[in-house]
This record gives sequence, C-alpha cells and structure tokens, in this order.
Amino acid sequence: MDTLDRDRLRPRGDDGDDGDATTYASPQLATAGNGADDYRTIAQDAREQRRARHVRDDSAVQALGWFSIALGAAEIAMPRAVARAAGAPLPAAIVRTFGAREIAAGVGLLTQPRPAGWMWGRVAGDALDLVALAGSLASSRAARGRVLLTMGAIAAITAADVNAARRLERRQASLPGEMRRDGSVRVERSVTINRPVEECYRRWRDVERLPEFMSHLQSVERIDDRRSRWTAKAPAGMRVEWEAEITHDAPNEWIAWRSLPGADIENAGAVRFVPSRGGTVVSVAMRYTPPLRTVGKLVGKVFGEEPEQQVREDLRRFKRLLEAGEIPTTQGQPAGRRSALFRMLAKVNPA
Amino acid sequence: MKANCWYGKHDLRIEEVPDPIILNPRDAIVKITSTAICGSDLHIYNGYIPAMAGGDIIGHEFMGEVVEVGSAVKNLKVGDRVVNPFPIACGACLSCTDGLHSLCENSNPNSWMAEKMWGYSPAGLFGYSHLLGGYAGGQAEYARIPFADVGPIKVPDGLSDEQVLFLSDIYPTGYMAAENCNIQPDDTVAVWGCGPVGQFAIKSAFMLGAGRVIAIDRLPERLRMAREQGGAETLDYAETDVMDELRQMTGGRGPDACIDAVGMEAHSFGAMGAYDKVKQTLRLESDRPTALREVLMSCRNGGTVSVPGVYGGLVDKIPMGAVVNRSLTLKSGQTHVQRYLRPLLERIENGDIDPSFVVTHRFALDEAPDAFRLFNDKADECIKVVLKP
Repeated sequence: MDTLDRDRLRPRGDDGDDGDATTYASPQLATAGNGADDYRTIAQDAREQRRARHVRDDSAVQALGWFSIALGAAEIAMPRAVARAAGAPLPAAIVRTFGAREIAAGVGLLTQPRPAGWMWGRVAGDALDLVALAGSLASSRAARGRVLLTMGAIAAITAADVNAARRLERRQASLPGEMRRDGSVRVERSVTINRPVEECYRRWRDVERLPEFMSHLQSVERIDDRRSRWTAKAPAGMRVEWEAEITHDAPNEWIAWRSLPGADIENAGAVRFVPSRGGTVVSVAMRYTPPLRTVGKLVGKVFGEEPEQQVREDLRRFKRLLEAGEIPTTQGQPAGRRSALFRMLAKVNPA
Repeated sequence: MKANCWYGKHDLRIEEVPDPIILNPRDAIVKITSTAICGSDLHIYNGYIPAMAGGDIIGHEFMGEVVEVGSAVKNLKVGDRVVNPFPIACGACLSCTDGLHSLCENSNPNSWMAEKMWGYSPAGLFGYSHLLGGYAGGQAEYARIPFADVGPIKVPDGLSDEQVLFLSDIYPTGYMAAENCNIQPDDTVAVWGCGPVGQFAIKSAFMLGAGRVIAIDRLPERLRMAREQGGAETLDYAETDVMDELRQMTGGRGPDACIDAVGMEAHSFGAMGAYDKVKQTLRLESDRPTALREVLMSCRNGGTVSVPGVYGGLVDKIPMGAVVNRSLTLKSGQTHVQRYLRPLLERIENGDIDPSFVVTHRFALDEAPDAFRLFNDKADECIKVVLKP
C-alpha cells in the first residue's frame, strides 16, 4: 500500500459496506482498461446468464425441428414419392440418406440445450439439397418446372434456417461458459463449506497453496502481498503463465484479482465468503479470455475441459481440503486387469 | 493379495492383485478376516449396476485386523479388530454431522458422475461402481479404508466374526428400514423380501414396538427363518394374492407400515413380470419395481412405506396416485451405518440379538465365483454367504 500513489486509488464497486477493505490500484491497471473487476460486476453477468441456461423456447427452432423430422420420415418411408413430388429423378438410396440427415438434425434441435450447431447443420443440409436438385436438372427425366419450384421453396427454408441459426448463436453467446463476441468466457459457481468464514478466507488468501485444489495450476509464486506469478497446465502438455494482482481484499468477505498486461490468459475474478448455518457459502465469479480465442476454447472442449465444470470441481476440492483435510482418491488402489479404454479414461479424468 | 474381481455379467474371477497401500493420511489398511456377499452384490453380478468397470474389486461387508494406519488416524492402532461400515464418510461435512453418513459430501471422488445420474451425489461406497467412487471392495485379503478415524468400529474379542460382521451393512440396514417406519406401539408391519435385510427388518420392527410383522417371500427356507427366528407371520406370494390377504389380516385397513426389502430385481409372475423383464433387458427401465408397486398399493391410508431395497435409476408405472391420494409417507436411503454401529453393537453385547442366525453358507474367498452362483440361484437354501480369505 505504502508504495502506491494514493491519489491514483480508484475504489471499485465500493458502496462503503466493505469494512476495512483494501482496494488496490496501480498505474498499470489504470491503462489496462479491463473495466470493473469486482464480484458484483462479474457475478451480475453470471446471474443474468443463469436465468437463460438453455435455448429451448424458440418457437421457430421448434417448428424447424419438427419439420426436419417429418420430412426425414417421409424421405425414408417413401423416397420415390418424395422425389416425384420434387420433380427430380433422384435414386431412392440418396433420398433415404437425406432423410436420415433430416431426422438427426431435427432430434438435435429438439433435444439439445445449445442447438445453434444443429441449426447450422440444417443450413448445410439445405445447401446439399439444392446441389442435388440443380444436378438433377441436367437429367432428361427431370420435371424442370417442378424442380425449380422445389428449389425456390428450399431457398426460402434456408433463409429461415440461417435466420434462426444466427439468433440462436446470439442467445447462446450469453450463456455461462459460452464465449462472448469479445472472446471472453464468464463463469460463476458456489459451494457450501462446513467451516467458519475466517478459515475459508485465510486458506484462499494463501495464494501459493491454491494449486492444492485448483487442478489446472502448476504453481503460484508470491511476488509481494498482492502480486503473484501463476503457471497453469494447458491442453496437450503446454503451459501458460501470467502475473496477477489482488485488486480488492476485504478480509472474511471477498477478494478480487485480475491478470496484469502481458498475460497468456487474460483473466479477472472475485471470490466471496458469506456465512451460512455455521459454515460458509463460497462463490467464485470469473472472466477470462482463452488464448487464440475460439481455437483455445475448442481445444479445451476436445480435451474435456468445460470451464464451468472445472470451476465446480476446483471448489469441490477446496471444500474437501477444508472439511475432510484431504481430497479422497482411488488412484493407486489395487484392481484386476483394466481394459485399454479404462486406462485411457482414467488418464483424462483422474479421480 | 487375492481379490474377487468383476469382469462382466456372471463373470467374477479371483485374481492376484497388488496389496493396498495408504494413499491419504486418514487411511488405514485392514487384513480381512471375514467378508460377506450382500444381496445387492447380486445386482452387480447380474450386470444391472451402471458404471462398473472390468477389474473392479467388489464387496462391501467386511471386517478384519488393522495392519497399518495413516498419519492422521489416532483412534486405531495396528492389531485392532474392527468392523467396517459400507458407506465412506468424512465425519466433518454437514451431512455427516447430521448423522446422514451415506450422504457424505466429501467421500465420492466421482461426484460429478453421480450428479449427472441423480442430481446430487451421495457418499462413496466400497466396491459398488464408479458412480459411487470406484473404491476397491472388501472381498479380498486386504482393504484400504479411507477416513478410518470415522468409519470402523472396534469389536470385543468375546464376540465371533459372524456375530459382528453384519454391523457392516445388513443389520443396520434392516434396523434403519424399521426405524423409517415410524412404528407406534402394536403397529402391524409388512416386510417384502425375506433375505438377510428382511430378516433383520423383522427383528428390528419387533424391537421398535411392532405388534405384528407379516413377512412375504416365496422361498420356503426364508419364510421358515422369518417365522422361527423372527416371529413373523408369513405369506408365500407364489400362492397368495398378497394384497387381498394383507387386507384380510388387518381388518380391511392394510398394514401400518410396509418395507420393500426386495429392490430392483424383483421376481414376479405373469404378464406384468414379463413386461418389466423385457423393458429392463432393453434398458428402457433400469429397475424392476414389482415389489415396490405392491408395497405402495398395500399400505394403509396415511401409512409409511420404507425402502431399504436398492434401486439404481428409473422405474416405470409407480402408482404415484396412491402415494398422493392416500397420504403415504415414503422413506428410503442407503444406510447411515456409522450412526448405528455403537447402539447396535450394544444390542449384540447385551444378547438382544445374535446376527449370525442368517448365515447358511461358508466358503473360502477362492470359491467366491461359485458362491455367487449358488446365492444368485437361491440353490441349497442359501440365504447368507460368508467368505473367509
């Protein structure tokens, strides 16, 4: 504190209820331009997101889903009649394949909580239909007028599909754990710990011990009371590093932090401790931008690293360390002969 | 060491595996002196428990001698003779401090898996699938016991293994089933299933003040045990209309409380039985709830239904209308064994009960696969098998 220029202190999200909270700011931060970092701001976002965890109420999407299934069923059950109606002499086998595709897309749209990908799948299918129909125009057996009419109808449906896909993408982007347009991901998770607030706060504030329960961290090195150097494991054996600083520290209430400029993963977050039934509700709100944006997110997903699930598991380990004093494990226990598949899964998801 | 490993439906093998070692400060290792086959192990044997993996060591009813303790275990020492409860519980979370040890919030390393299946995760169990932690079980020569400062109970040398072994599961399970019935003096309690849990439920119902216990099964030796050991009246469901008979036996009202000690693999006759068998085989339902349906229909208005029988997932055609319109209370749960260990050990020491009465067969651990076959077929009047490593 005493090394800081007091005139540059900028209290963030401070309503005067933080007790003897310490709000840090630094010349570096003033230019970082990350916006407000405190729990309230980040959690506000997360809370709005929680009200819309799924995109399932879109009536156009539902209608297109059922349309897909109905058309697919018709194509599979009576491929020749469908081809005749379209005016195109397409082989039954091809029409049936298209039918299977339609049904898959329809089921995806009606069952998946985040169906934008399936809607884009429908768009791709429409394009395939148009190509097949255009190709059939060359055939002497094609009823040209009817084929053109069919193509017109499909083009109209394609427009509806594209429209719906874009709308879904926009809505999905606001869901927790999904990437926003600026490339950031937001997550909020809570856990209830049967220990007093002071103990939970003290353990979390001991930044060098964070890797004991944050499974992706390799190490956290303390630079001074508020700055630290973080090293994390990234997919495919890579490592990422950043320096972070604590921007707000209200003992037994909340801690906020953010990465400093030049971080491999730009991130900010806050953890809050609220007493409850003799224990503590610990809530974490985080915002981070994966490197390479979409690619980083996709790589993470392929390696089974859902941001929400990861934070939830980290909090679970935090709870277990505090309550039980250890994290339960079965790694290293005896077993009979394991299959290759089991050994592989155990590596991806060690318990 | 030797261990009974599961490799698939009806495929158990005694394998040579590494000895268990201490993995956490609160662990202990026991050398097993007696271990039993539980009726719920048959669900694993018959391939109905999800998230089992080839090579899993099964078994959750065991006792033995402490041979090693972790640095944080202060209440046990090498040489202590202990019985181990089947749920693994940390003793420090809110569930444990509330006495709900089978709901321990910290002992299941695979909580995320259970959350997908059931919403929230219960405790980890020994040898009962990766959904419940994937812990190596106790049908082996040695076992590692996590949170050994909370679970295992020391037992006096004066009592034989078979007198105390069933504190690990079936005696407390039968007891909790009866306790869940909220028995009032002179109540009539009906018990479906006269396997070992049913037998202990019968005895416990009387201990808790029931006036009459009516036991239902089809195997003569089990009905005989219920009559002779438990003092119950018995009904053979193979030759009786159980619901009608119960109505007559209770003056047209129905039993005050009903216990389903059968679970997910109920045996049944006729079209309904075939229907469930087909659906379960096709994985359209995970459990066959024939007994549960009858239990719900038979209980008196405003009565209590207690379910110690194991169900794993989804069941079909449950008469929920009977529960709502007849104000039934439904109670269940994996047994919170830890909280019953001391009081029930006292009952054994006092001579109120000698749990060894259920044992019909004894085998060497090596013979476990044969013992499972015998028990599953209910051959040779088999009711309870104890294995000796």
